[in-house]
Amino acid sequence: MSAMTFLNAVEPHLPILLIIVPLFGALMATFMRSGTVAWFISLVVSVLVALIAWKLLNTILSTGTPIIYKIGNWEAPIGIVYKVDQLSGFVLLVIAAIAAVMMPFARRSIAAEIKQRAQPWYYAMYLLCLAGLMGIVITGDAFNAFVFLEISSLATYVLIALGRHRRALLAAYQYLIMGTIGATLYVIGIGLLYVLTGTLNFDDIASRLGPALADPERRNAVMAALGFAFVGVSLKLALFPMHVWLPNAYTYAPSVATAFLAGTATKAAIYLLIRLLFTVFGVSISIETLPVPQVLIVLSIAAMFLASFSAVFENNAKRMLAYSSIAQVGYIMLGVGLACLPVLAATTDASPATTPNNGMTAGLVHIANHAIMKAALFLALGAVYYRIGSVLYKDIAGIGRTMPLTMLAFGIAGLGLMGTPGTAGFISKWYLALGAIDTGWYSIVFLIVASSLISLIYIGRITEVVWFREPSAAAAQAKEAPLSMLVPLWILALLTIYLGLDTRATVDVAAEAAKVLVGGIR
Amino acid sequence: MTNELNPGLIVILGALLVPFLPGRVLRGAFMLMIPIAAFAYLRTLPMGDFGQMELMGLQLQTLRIDKLSTVFGTIFLIATLLGVIYALHLGDWVQHTAGLIYAGSAIGAVFAGDFVTLFFFWELTAISSVFLIWASGTANALSAGLRYLVIQVGSGVILLAGVLMHYRATGTLTFGAMSTETLPGTLILIAFGIKCAFPLLHNWLANAYPAATVTGTVILSVFTTKLAVYTLARGYAGTEILIPIGVTMALFTVIYALLENDLRRVLAYSLIGQLGLMVAGIGIGSDLAINGAVAHAACGILYFALLFMAIGAVLHRTGTAHASKLGGLAKSMPLTATFAVIGALAAAAVPFFAGFISKALILSAAMKAGHFWAWAGLLAAGAAVVIHTAIKVPYFAFFAKAQGEPGTEAPANMLLAMGLTAALCIGLGVYPEALYSMLPREVKYQPYTTEHIITQLQLVCFAALAFVLALRFGLFPATTRATLLDSDWFYRVPGRHLAMIANRFRSFTWEVVADGIVKGASKTYHALYHHHGPDGLFGRTWPTGMMAFWTTVTLGAVVILSYL
Repeated sequence: MSAMTFLNAVEPHLPILLIIVPLFGALMATFMRSGTVAWFISLVVSVLVALIAWKLLNTILSTGTPIIYKIGNWEAPIGIVYKVDQLSGFVLLVIAAIAAVMMPFARRSIAAEIKQRAQPWYYAMYLLCLAGLMGIVITGDAFNAFVFLEISSLATYVLIALGRHRRALLAAYQYLIMGTIGATLYVIGIGLLYVLTGTLNFDDIASRLGPALADPERRNAVMAALGFAFVGVSLKLALFPMHVWLPNAYTYAPSVATAFLAGTATKAAIYLLIRLLFTVFGVSISIETLPVPQVLIVLSIAAMFLASFSAVFENNAKRMLAYSSIAQVGYIMLGVGLACLPVLAATTDASPATTPNNGMTAGLVHIANHAIMKAALFLALGAVYYRIGSVLYKDIAGIGRTMPLTMLAFGIAGLGLMGTPGTAGFISKWYLALGAIDTGWYSIVFLIVASSLISLIYIGRITEVVWFREPSAAAAQAKEAPLSMLVPLWILALLTIYLGLDTRATVDVAAEAAKVLVGGIR
Repeated sequence: MTNELNPGLIVILGALLVPFLPGRVLRGAFMLMIPIAAFAYLRTLPMGDFGQMELMGLQLQTLRIDKLSTVFGTIFLIATLLGVIYALHLGDWVQHTAGLIYAGSAIGAVFAGDFVTLFFFWELTAISSVFLIWASGTANALSAGLRYLVIQVGSGVILLAGVLMHYRATGTLTFGAMSTETLPGTLILIAFGIKCAFPLLHNWLANAYPAATVTGTVILSVFTTKLAVYTLARGYAGTEILIPIGVTMALFTVIYALLENDLRRVLAYSLIGQLGLMVAGIGIGSDLAINGAVAHAACGILYFALLFMAIGAVLHRTGTAHASKLGGLAKSMPLTATFAVIGALAAAAVPFFAGFISKALILSAAMKAGHFWAWAGLLAAGAAVVIHTAIKVPYFAFFAKAQGEPGTEAPANMLLAMGLTAALCIGLGVYPEALYSMLPREVKYQPYTTEHIITQLQLVCFAALAFVLALRFGLFPATTRATLLDSDWFYRVPGRHLAMIANRFRSFTWEVVADGIVKGASKTYHALYHHHGPDGLFGRTWPTGMMAFWTTVTLGAVVILSYL
């Protein structure tokens, strides 16, 4: 069989391969004795998954119609379907690409941070988590999404618990309790939906919610379902004030795991929330009449400020970035919240069906941009930890002099986080502010720019520490990070700049997805 | 992406190569080439809009060449070259790179044709310049740098908010004349005003410039504020509100410049005063006034750079720039002293020095346009400049009774930079046409009339007399308070009382204004730290039960809100 015919035969099954490949890889990694072999399996699997995701997104963008994959060839209401549309294709590629880029980094970092015996376990859990995250995004079935949510979460608990610090166990335990509460709330929500509509397929639920809403008694149940599902998923994506599990989890997990989770895990949950709001509930309820957008906007803004302030005062660089992640999730969710509100006619000249919603575009673009920037930042810290075994400010003082390339990449990604023009972060900020103007909420524009000033303070503070303080004993001894760490780090840092100058890869796709999502409900 | 490159980008790209060059000689030669190459390239560009580029579906014009941008671009490039020469002795690539990126972004901003490009360079000036402050490494510089950065980037984000609203309201991003009637126009003016050190928005300048490194201060003094002057001239020419703002800037800084002891701080306040002159000129808005503002920006860049260079050389050699610890350096640093005097003469607007040919334009414009009070205010401020900058700075550094160790003459590269700048200060004064022919508006103006010369000379002489009298009666608390007190002459009652009153005035204004701000800020800081610090409510780890509790509260809130 020639390669061509093989590819042709495989192509229709790409959606399921996206899940099967990492699942199978996880199984293989489990039985390996050597961390290096397990790492190699993970590397191959991650690259393969990224290629598949890339292929899927390209297919969607060229045809414009969603890819539906029926598992076991069962039709939708009975069987589970996987559905790849612009939104899920975009998020799939972001997650898979981030995972693939950081794999070369992982080998040395994991070898240094995790006991020899546990290293294959790490890779097995990582691949399991990857399978779960891809599953959440690709599935078209509400309960299947729950299953994948649990798969990824369980794997995440292990990843965190593998951290070297004693507190890693407590962090994993707290995340386990909270994650379970979140998953339970979500499952209560979809349980209610199942009772009301008799189906678990997202599209079918959407089409059957209309009649349920007409009946005042059942309407209450729909509202409760929305509330439960919303809060459950919000906990997973660390929306303020349900974010407190996150700083410890990110601080005490192994460096690579932190970078991976920060770049991808919350993003999958964000995807699920957007899916629920816009393609399940949004179809038959006009979202702007619900309290959810208001709650979302208020909590997002609270996160943008309160978490940023905590980041300013942190003395542990990883924890500082963890707080910053909570704030950045606030940006994404603010965009999503703004997309729920009606666009003022005065501000745009075209109808929402033809112009992409700026708020949603901002949210989606920032999913990609934040994943790239935060992964770069955490990888840089991972390289520092690899060299000096600490990321406390007092230990990393002056390390810019001994690890200039690492800290330069950190600085570039930091500029992105602040939304400096010429970096990816600026693009997100621009669309987010436009989205706020579109809805007539001028005050939110000021809150957005004001909160980016706080990120300037925490990035400025660490910049000053690593470049201008007298080097600590450990930092003075440090050597530049090895090439296998620098290359992934710099790929992400350069992407931060590239995506700030050429926005076709992010904004165009996100705008397309936003058009489908928001236009579809108006 | 772009077909024509912004000259600022050439400087920035060059700056990025600097760290990778081995050896001080090669690096130095390369750095000298950067502004020269950019200038040669600028000369080849015709007038017009170039550098079309698309970002996020927006059409950008990254390069606009007209008379206004060319004159600022040219003077910025000259200043870059002088700054590079002045800093050649440094081995620190961080400062070299940051300084060149900073200069390049200011040049880039001047040539930006649209608001997005302007904003890009605007933020870049802020971020790159902070390294010039941090590089001096003192604890004060570290915190002053962060405060400076927040204010500078704050100006940027206000600009961004204004630009976004402007874009939504008008659909265009071209940076042209703006109106202050609308919210976006006002926001953009505030953003410019922060960088231009408008009254009450000026503190960053006086705090940050003296905290920077020796070479950093020289570079800083050139770009940020003059870039703001450029943007005001482009966007807000003839905006009446700028006249009182400018006159206030010229006047209120006098008292601080008179009383300050740190000579770099004196110059920083004096710089704000001269900015006031330019701002007022832009506010008047006539062709003559705009030309005056632009010309004064160009001359001001030169003579302030020269003065900062001279005081920087003193700081470099003696380790201090405080008036009370200096003096008598004319013997040990004769060349530096000569250059400082030339800078001082230019600052005093003595005929045949740079300041004269530009200041006369603004004052004539104020008179012609009938702004009598503005004219009087600016004239009075001009007299004060003679005292606090032109005489006080060189006097206490070089000619007063020596208070500290004598220094040695400045390094050769510093002397060369000062010599070139001094030559330019005299050259422009003797041959003003060189500058006048580049000015944006078509105006014939003759600065060297008998009347102009006599008026200005009278002003300078009276100011000099006032200085001598003030010195005689101990009216300079900066010095009386400290070491000069040992000569009992100055203990005489009237002198001391006047000095104390002046001091009290200063502490009074500080107590009311600054202390209030400082107290408020530190209260906010402590409150924030209390809640957000590592042990605060939002910084510490919550017990699991508390996390679950808040989840429940959120759930309850969402569900209840759904039923309302």
